[in-house]
Amino acid sequence: MRAALRIAAKDLRQRVRDRSAFLLAVVLPLAMAFIYGSLFGPSAEPRAFEYGVVDLDRGPIAGAFVADVLEPLAADGVIRIRDVATADEAERLADRGSIDAAFVLPAGFSAASLGAAPARIQVLGDIDAPIGTEVARSIAGAFLAELTSVRVAVAAVAHHGDGRPVDRDRLAQLAERARNIATPVVLQNVTASTKVLGLKAYFAAGMAIFFLFFTVQFGVASLLEERSNGTLGRLLAAPIPAGAVLAGKLLASLALGVASMAVLVTAAAALMGIRWGDPVGLALLVLSAVLAATGVAALVASVARTQEQAGSWNSVIAVTLAMLGGVMFQTSQLGGVVAAIGLATPHAWFLRGLGELAAGGGARAVLPAVAAMLGFAVVAGGIAVVRLRKAVAP
Amino acid sequence: MVGVPAPQATATPPGVATTPVLSCVGLRKAYGSLVAVDGLSFQIAPGETYGLLGPNGAGKTTCISMVAGILWPDAGRVEIRGQPMGKGGVAVKRRIGYVPQEVAVYPDLTGRENLRFFAGLYGLTGSPASTRVAEVLDLIGLRERAGDRVAKYSGGMRRRLNIGIGLLHRPDLLILDEPTVGVDPQSRNAILASIEALSVHGMAVLYTTHYMEEAQRLCDRVGIIDKGRLIAEGTPRELTASVGERDRVRLTATGDIDAGARTLRTIAAVRQATPRPDGIDVLVDDARTALQRILDVAAGAGLRIRSVAVEEPDLEAVFLHLTGKSLRD
Repeated sequence: MRAALRIAAKDLRQRVRDRSAFLLAVVLPLAMAFIYGSLFGPSAEPRAFEYGVVDLDRGPIAGAFVADVLEPLAADGVIRIRDVATADEAERLADRGSIDAAFVLPAGFSAASLGAAPARIQVLGDIDAPIGTEVARSIAGAFLAELTSVRVAVAAVAHHGDGRPVDRDRLAQLAERARNIATPVVLQNVTASTKVLGLKAYFAAGMAIFFLFFTVQFGVASLLEERSNGTLGRLLAAPIPAGAVLAGKLLASLALGVASMAVLVTAAAALMGIRWGDPVGLALLVLSAVLAATGVAALVASVARTQEQAGSWNSVIAVTLAMLGGVMFQTSQLGGVVAAIGLATPHAWFLRGLGELAAGGGARAVLPAVAAMLGFAVVAGGIAVVRLRKAVAP
Repeated sequence: MVGVPAPQATATPPGVATTPVLSCVGLRKAYGSLVAVDGLSFQIAPGETYGLLGPNGAGKTTCISMVAGILWPDAGRVEIRGQPMGKGGVAVKRRIGYVPQEVAVYPDLTGRENLRFFAGLYGLTGSPASTRVAEVLDLIGLRERAGDRVAKYSGGMRRRLNIGIGLLHRPDLLILDEPTVGVDPQSRNAILASIEALSVHGMAVLYTTHYMEEAQRLCDRVGIIDKGRLIAEGTPRELTASVGERDRVRLTATGDIDAGARTLRTIAAVRQATPRPDGIDVLVDDARTALQRILDVAAGAGLRIRSVAVEEPDLEAVFLHLTGKSLRD
């Protein structure tokens, strides 16, 4: 172990003197994160949707929609609501972009809801805010779907079909139960959006893990440099255990990775005001990301013949994984096959884990992401170690 | 094998009664169908400088890689001071100093940092390491530049550092793999002088080269290797004598050349005297002992000697004789 530490320390000293390593490990990721953050600006950060509410009904069901659906969402910070007097005014506000959409509760809405007539909520949307409009439609649709369910249930209880009078107490109980369950499912869906990192945090984290894959290669891939300049022979001739050389290289990669990520995370917090969340969870994510990146770099080093070749292959792999993993654009938002493929990369899991922390989760919340990245590290690193041990043994 | 018979693998080198520093027995290494080293056996005594002489691709580097514990032989064994080189070989490796053919140093570290790093790998730490590093820096003449990065060193300085690393832990056996390849004549001479000094301190040296003049200058004994096999072994003098090569004395003279040549042939040590238009070529067993007699007889025959040149047969000639090709082929 002592020999491995000596080799790792020597490698780190070399890398510290190599300005390109510092550039890749710290300067470029920070610069890129700043550029992306500035490019999109604060307006690109997730914000609450602005909705108007035109209550022309003033009945109990319209009141329930506002009090039990919209106001809780507003309390969670997902939406902001304001009263608007008329549908025309709401339309004007939407056209001007002052609101994303408006809910128009027409006169007679409550009566229709309690009777047999169709109940409708009109959604007026800003044409330039399609997402906000779609979310408004979902909220209204979910409420109406719940309402319909309750109406069917009430009708089923009220009509015995045998001419007996309706049991009013039972109806009251049913109404109370319906009131309790009539929480639109959209509430949970919308809340989930808060698990997505803010854009600044997203780009800072994305750039950090993107460049991490370049940074760690300075450790393990230097095995190829040692081979080409003859120092590997000298290390193998030294009275040290056979595995010390490889262990030293892997340690150097891990140290470089952890150091660069620590600097980036701290700098991003200090300079860009990013709050990463639970520190233990963050440490677990960083460590497992570094292990995964080191595993990949070691695998590349085990199949490449020269350091230049390893550098080229590593770059291709780093860019490909970053693209698939959602560093360049948020593939997780696309869903389907693209999002599924993204989960085959450490990058996607790293970002997903940070999202959990941003949503208030602790170390436990990031365990799936940690497990996925460790799996990546074990598979790639395991193959690499088997191959590299042959290269550094007599 | 032709030439001087090599000692048996288990025998002690000539004139040495102690355990050999290095004993190689039946070493064999093949890469697929290519046999790089084929049944190589030799020994080196304490304080002896042994040259492994052969052309590029003869198997010298493969041989010393096995001796240094970098390569594992397919067959045969390596013993250092009677201890076998195992696959781990940590204890045995402490007795070996290895200087590879490449300048195996870290250019972005200083000379001192390079030495400290390798000293640490050989178990030298703290103040003993500082002391030894300073000694080695003096020995290789780099004390003034010890704090400079190796990238700023000249080729000769890097070569000296390369050798210095091998000396750090005072090994019993120093392996030098073609240490003067690509070195300018001045630096080369300095390197050879420092290697000559090592045997004075009792260090055994295994020296590979394809420069026959280096082998002749440095080595107590020489093993000539070709196609992975040891084809001759002995002192340089023994080797040249064994293949029938003789010294050549070139006389440039005026007078009756033919009569002079006939007279020179009467000297017992002279094997041949061939007239040339401007003098006589004389083949003799040992020019050093016969030269004065040759000059006296030539003068007595009425020749006026203008110049004398003595050419001693070298290992190049031995190699040519044994293999039919030049060492630099």
